[in-house]
Amino acid sequence: MRSVLPVLTIVAFILGFWTLAVVPMNIHLAADQAARGDMVVEPDDARARQEVGAFALALGNPAVIPMTYTLDRPRLPGPQQVVVELWNTVFAVAPTSNRSLIYHGWVTLSATLLGFGMGTALGIALAVGIVFSRTMDLSVMPWAIASQTIPILALAPMIIVVMGALGIQGLLPKAIISAYLSFFPVVVGMVKGLRSPDAMQLDLLRTYSAGPAQGFWKLRLPASVPYLFASLKIGISASLVGAIVGELPTGARAGFGARMLVGDQYGQPLVTWAALFAAAITAAALVGLFAALERVTLKRMGMAA
Amino acid sequence: MVSVDGNPQGLEHSAKTARSAVISASSVDLTFQTNDGPVHALKDVSLDIEKGDFVSFIGPSGCGKTTFLRCIAGLETPTGGALSVNGMTPDEARRARAYGYVFQAAGLYPWRTIGGNVKLPLEIMGYSKAEQEARVRRVLELVDLAGFARKYPWQLSGGMQQRASIARALAFDADILLMDEPFGALDEIVRDHLNEQLLQLWARTEKTIGFVTHSIPEAVYLSTKIVVMSPRPGRIADVIESTLPRERPLDIRDSPEFIAIAHRVRDGLRAGHADD
Ligand SMILES: Nc1ncnc2c1ncn2[C@@H]1O[C@H](COP(=O)(O)OP(=O)(O)OP(=O)(O)O)[C@@H](O)[C@H]1O
Ligand SMILES: [Mg+2]
Repeated sequence: MRSVLPVLTIVAFILGFWTLAVVPMNIHLAADQAARGDMVVEPDDARARQEVGAFALALGNPAVIPMTYTLDRPRLPGPQQVVVELWNTVFAVAPTSNRSLIYHGWVTLSATLLGFGMGTALGIALAVGIVFSRTMDLSVMPWAIASQTIPILALAPMIIVVMGALGIQGLLPKAIISAYLSFFPVVVGMVKGLRSPDAMQLDLLRTYSAGPAQGFWKLRLPASVPYLFASLKIGISASLVGAIVGELPTGARAGFGARMLVGDQYGQPLVTWAALFAAAITAAALVGLFAALERVTLKRMGMAA
Repeated sequence: MVSVDGNPQGLEHSAKTARSAVISASSVDLTFQTNDGPVHALKDVSLDIEKGDFVSFIGPSGCGKTTFLRCIAGLETPTGGALSVNGMTPDEARRARAYGYVFQAAGLYPWRTIGGNVKLPLEIMGYSKAEQEARVRRVLELVDLAGFARKYPWQLSGGMQQRASIARALAFDADILLMDEPFGALDEIVRDHLNEQLLQLWARTEKTIGFVTHSIPEAVYLSTKIVVMSPRPGRIADVIESTLPRERPLDIRDSPEFIAIAHRVRDGLRAGHADD
């Protein structure tokens, strides 16, 4: 509860800055539109207006300022425009409609979850291998690190195209990009977690003459749970990014990525902004879900302190 | 001083030959190969520990007490000499689960309750569920933690955690108990109490105990045999057979006999230092 005030302060600051920025960003467009109507704008000539700075133009035409918040195709939409667009596309249209962000969100989310599941499973499997096999430790880790240095924007189209050539389209290629981004934090976190028991705890098991499997189930795995959750929270947001990036290069028809692209290509910035915010809200919700899951799990394990 | 100097006749085990040595070390040597060169941790350590003995190891930091205990436990392998535990090599004894080991830190699993922690070795060793429950109840009673089986470690004080870790080492049928400074981090009063309890427990269970400590009173109060060690390289400076009776109330520590033994331990420690 104590963290609410600082968070709200930051949000208020960002919103305030955004609201102020709308005026200079849009003033030229608004002035053009006003001039086309019946308003008197200073300077009158469109060419001449381009020469005038944004702030000067705004100061010279205070009557135009309110219009910067209501443009159909603003350079920077006002916060209230984004909220209205979000509201309209989430609640005011049928969830099955092509305009609905629920529909597009589900398309992206299903790829995100599938990819996240695959990435997490792969990450845990690799981590177990790395911890138990010296060969895997030496051979897999460098590749895992190298894999993350390739920009996903370069790789995503290749994955989509190659899989498309194999006749695989839709959900799976996007999920693979998601998995590609999300397995890495899981590997790193799980390796660290599985190795977190100290020498004394391992020696204790040796005094019981416990086998490696018992060491894994009774010590290493439970000890890795807090590390796993830290990784899952990173992994799930990386997965969402992966799914969106996977929608960009193909001109996909559905998904957050497709909406962002459509907004850009057809000059509808509100569509892009609404999709951006919907994606951010989805990511926050997913991370929040895992944070809650983490709290419950650690509490049930007796490790909440 | 005089009464315990030399070979204490009084308590010299009369049946020594009849009793077999449970732990027997002869000329044990251990050199660690480190990046800064070899570290000679144990040199020519010879010692017999008989069944039912309570043996304390005392000596300055770095003299190899922990290392020797770990050798007995098969967690470290001597580079020279011979060491047998229950007539086996330490490694065989470890695999036969011949001893319980109490580390300096309690090292309880935070995700297990106290009962669950005590159960850990029983699960690993494949005791039946009913047997597990019964043993957990019994050893927790033994260390005075009967009501705490369902609590988590963080809900217990340091002394209670250490008692739980002792219960964990007692839960299975090993007749040797190895303890590495189990009470090192506790305050004097708790320590006195636990020492008393440990003696009672030893009397009841008839285990053979190897006990590392830094405290002279603790060593004298608990032990039937005190091994004084000196550093660089770690070796035995003196072995003192205690003349105290097995039944020891806390105030025995004010008796002249107790003080005499403590003196001899202190002398042994001082002699070790003088060698430097
Ligand atoms: N695994 C190891 N590798 C290298 N050197 C070691 C190792 N374990 C112990 N030593 C060295 O062996 C010597 C004896 O160490 P040990 O831990 O047995 O001493 P100790 O008597 O238990 O000391 P303390 O009272 O401080 O616990 C020290 O010089 C230590 O640095
Ligand atoms: Mg030590």
